[in-house]
Amino acid sequence: METAIKEPTTSKSNFKSEEYFINMGPQHPATHGVLRLLLTIDGEIIKKVDPDLGYIHRSIEKMCEKNSYQQIVHLTDRLDYLSSHINNEAVCLCVENALELEVPERVKVIRTILGELTRIASHTLWWGVMGMDVGALTSYFYGFRDREMINDIFEETCGARLTMNYNIPGGLMQDIHPNFVKRVKEFIPHFRSKLPEYDRLLTGNIIFQKRTKGVGILTKEDAINFGASGPVARASGYSCDVRKHHPYSALDRVNFTEALDTTGDSFARYQVRIAEMWESLNIIEQLIDNIPEGDFKVATNAVIKLPKGDFYQKVETARGEFGVYIISTGTKNPYRVKFRSPGLSNLSLLNHITVGGKIGDLVATMATIDIVVPDIDR
Amino acid sequence: MNSISHIIDWFINTEVLNMAMIALIYLTVFAVLGLFLVLLERKVAAWFQLRIGPNRVGYLGLFQTIADALKLVSKELTGTEKADKFLYNLAPYFVIVTSLMALAVFPFTKDLQAFDINIGIFFLIAISSIGVIGILLGGWSSNNKFALIGAMRSGVQTVSYELSVGLSLLTMVILTGSLQLSEIIEVQKGGWLIVQGHIPAIIAFMIYMISGTAETNRAPFDMVEAESELGAGYHTEYSGMKFAYFFLAEFINMFIIAAIATTVFFGGWLSPFGITESLPWMGLFWFLAKTFVLVFLMMWFRWTFPRLRIDQLLTLEWKYLLPINLVNLVLMAVIVWLNLTIQI
Amino acid sequence: MTNEALQQTILSWFPDPEFTQPQFSEEGSQYLTVNTEPEQLHELMQLLKNNPETHFDYLFCLTGVDYGKELGVVYHLESTVHRHMLVVKVQTEERENPVLESVQDLWATANYHEREVYDFFGIIFRNHPNLKRLFLTEDWEGYPLRKDYVDEMNMVVK
Repeated sequence: METAIKEPTTSKSNFKSEEYFINMGPQHPATHGVLRLLLTIDGEIIKKVDPDLGYIHRSIEKMCEKNSYQQIVHLTDRLDYLSSHINNEAVCLCVENALELEVPERVKVIRTILGELTRIASHTLWWGVMGMDVGALTSYFYGFRDREMINDIFEETCGARLTMNYNIPGGLMQDIHPNFVKRVKEFIPHFRSKLPEYDRLLTGNIIFQKRTKGVGILTKEDAINFGASGPVARASGYSCDVRKHHPYSALDRVNFTEALDTTGDSFARYQVRIAEMWESLNIIEQLIDNIPEGDFKVATNAVIKLPKGDFYQKVETARGEFGVYIISTGTKNPYRVKFRSPGLSNLSLLNHITVGGKIGDLVATMATIDIVVPDIDR
Repeated sequence: MNSISHIIDWFINTEVLNMAMIALIYLTVFAVLGLFLVLLERKVAAWFQLRIGPNRVGYLGLFQTIADALKLVSKELTGTEKADKFLYNLAPYFVIVTSLMALAVFPFTKDLQAFDINIGIFFLIAISSIGVIGILLGGWSSNNKFALIGAMRSGVQTVSYELSVGLSLLTMVILTGSLQLSEIIEVQKGGWLIVQGHIPAIIAFMIYMISGTAETNRAPFDMVEAESELGAGYHTEYSGMKFAYFFLAEFINMFIIAAIATTVFFGGWLSPFGITESLPWMGLFWFLAKTFVLVFLMMWFRWTFPRLRIDQLLTLEWKYLLPINLVNLVLMAVIVWLNLTIQI
Repeated sequence: MTNEALQQTILSWFPDPEFTQPQFSEEGSQYLTVNTEPEQLHELMQLLKNNPETHFDYLFCLTGVDYGKELGVVYHLESTVHRHMLVVKVQTEERENPVLESVQDLWATANYHEREVYDFFGIIFRNHPNLKRLFLTEDWEGYPLRKDYVDEMNMVVK
């Protein structure tokens, strides 16, 4: 990969600079889990970033080959655990499409609402950690305060706070909690009043802007070439929202704008995510009053057998485009399952956009790429 | 034999014993003060971050940091195999001793001052620049790349910001005409220096607070530790009490920076408008009150601002603070020359 | 572009009957699928990406598959301009030393995904600049996602 930086002009003095290696991770506060980065550094300037993956590889794709379709769903929320609901939904949609099963409208709407709540929860966590990575520790707690409300909603309805397992092929595990609508309606104005607080604490801060503006610039061509998706790609002006281009569940009936920016730097990625939170609130608001009555699932066979063939379903998680590719031979187990994780593609461009920056830039850029390591390692 | 009795005479006559006693008292008081500053920081942080903070050990958690210190004392001292053992062990003492030494010259009240030398400010600036040697030694000798990067950043940062601290204090020295801290306070009986020197004094104060925060290596200038970048920076390889020395020194340094600002800008132990002039012991209260307001200001910085990048840090110093400071110095000289100061 | 038009366009690139024609199918898949030979893979991919009519500039999924006898790779392509999609499948019967052409010079994202396929299936990608294992350790024996992989310690066989 070519580096976009100018070599420092070599002076005739005896002081020679030497590149050295540094191991960032697998235990490091900024790598959010067990990502290991092998950095080649000249002083403070980064010459090469080489991610070393696999510290949390659990071979989920191989496990899927031995499990039934109902069981696979439960493995997917261990991928990107912050978008667990959306991951579950992807597998369920893929299986339902393969079976040509039409789920009730009620299921579609509830899935979409929960999906958008998941997105907000993920983005609030990201926002807190983003602040922490650039050194503003307070944002962490502000982010978690609002995420807690969403987690409580999840807990009430799904019984779990992180790995929900609420979706099953054919619908939902159970009906929503009677309090669900009320709680969500409470949450929307609460979060609307708290989001400007986020801007006051971090977005408008001059140091924060200096740290992120013009750092880690990704052009639109590179974004497409590296297979970037989600807010990372949208910040470069590449319209790639799966919710817009390939709407699933109830997303075809809601109005929302795709958050786009054209700068492509870390600040743009930050702003896109903030804008996405506003949009998610809009989506939820459009749907929450119109949850249709009806069944919360359609009956499927106890043993689901998919017809022979290839099935692909893409959804938009908080991190980008998540794809489920199932090759079926007509048995009760899939022949091959591939999860297209947004994180791996997004991570692959890290070297491209951080070379030439400082160590501090790397941390800020990595925070805006927003990786979840289990999603990358699978 | 004669020489020994000479030495004994010298001991008695020069009150070395007295000084040792004072030093012991200072050490105890300020070690405890350092611990309570840590507690204050945690309480302030909790307040900023919608948390409760430590509240279990003792009444309102007052003994939390003492319990922490006891834990650190009892911890095993681990270190790297290939460290330069001598320098590695020496470094924390450099840092803690220099920060405690600086405390000697502060006039807490009119009479409570351990060491009133006529070059007080100069002494403070000189002492505070020794601390960085400890950080450099610690980072370099622990044979860890993260620690080394942290130490190098610290060197760059402290050397740069020392200039601004020195120059902003020098601006005020033009006004006082003396380096002796007790005299600086005497001068302020006609109005605190920040009032006397008005515009240039306020500029000097702002520069002083920025560069003072940078000199204590606190956020938003905590490049040296930068936990999201370097783990723990220069003290990555330290544990137990040696780590505690670094940690405590940071808080005592914060107190020192605030105390210098109190003395030089806000009239030290002088009460506002002389309201408690008849009660000299109230001077201690005023001194500490002013200092803690400034300490709180520095904590406020830390829990609000993100961290700067190393090159932005240097840009701020060399391209903005230093030129402003130099112009400010001339401005102050002109104001003093034309007698434009405000006297109450 | 519709699937039929895509099919016509791609077929027009390979008029020479001496070469194997790409095989199309829409059966059992929601996307148009092209089956190609390993020798033609890179040429086809290059045309798919660079031809302004097809303009498949977004490789969103690259999957290695063990079909039992053959090893294969499935490429999912999308055009960000025309918004049409295509699936390209390639298979090789060689299991001992399977070699395919790398497409990472066309899509940078293939770099990591090909390393993943090499890691799990042992398919060697020619002209890949940095072909080493992505997730597993360097000294790992065998390719775990192959159907004939055995690991008596770690695998639960139902």
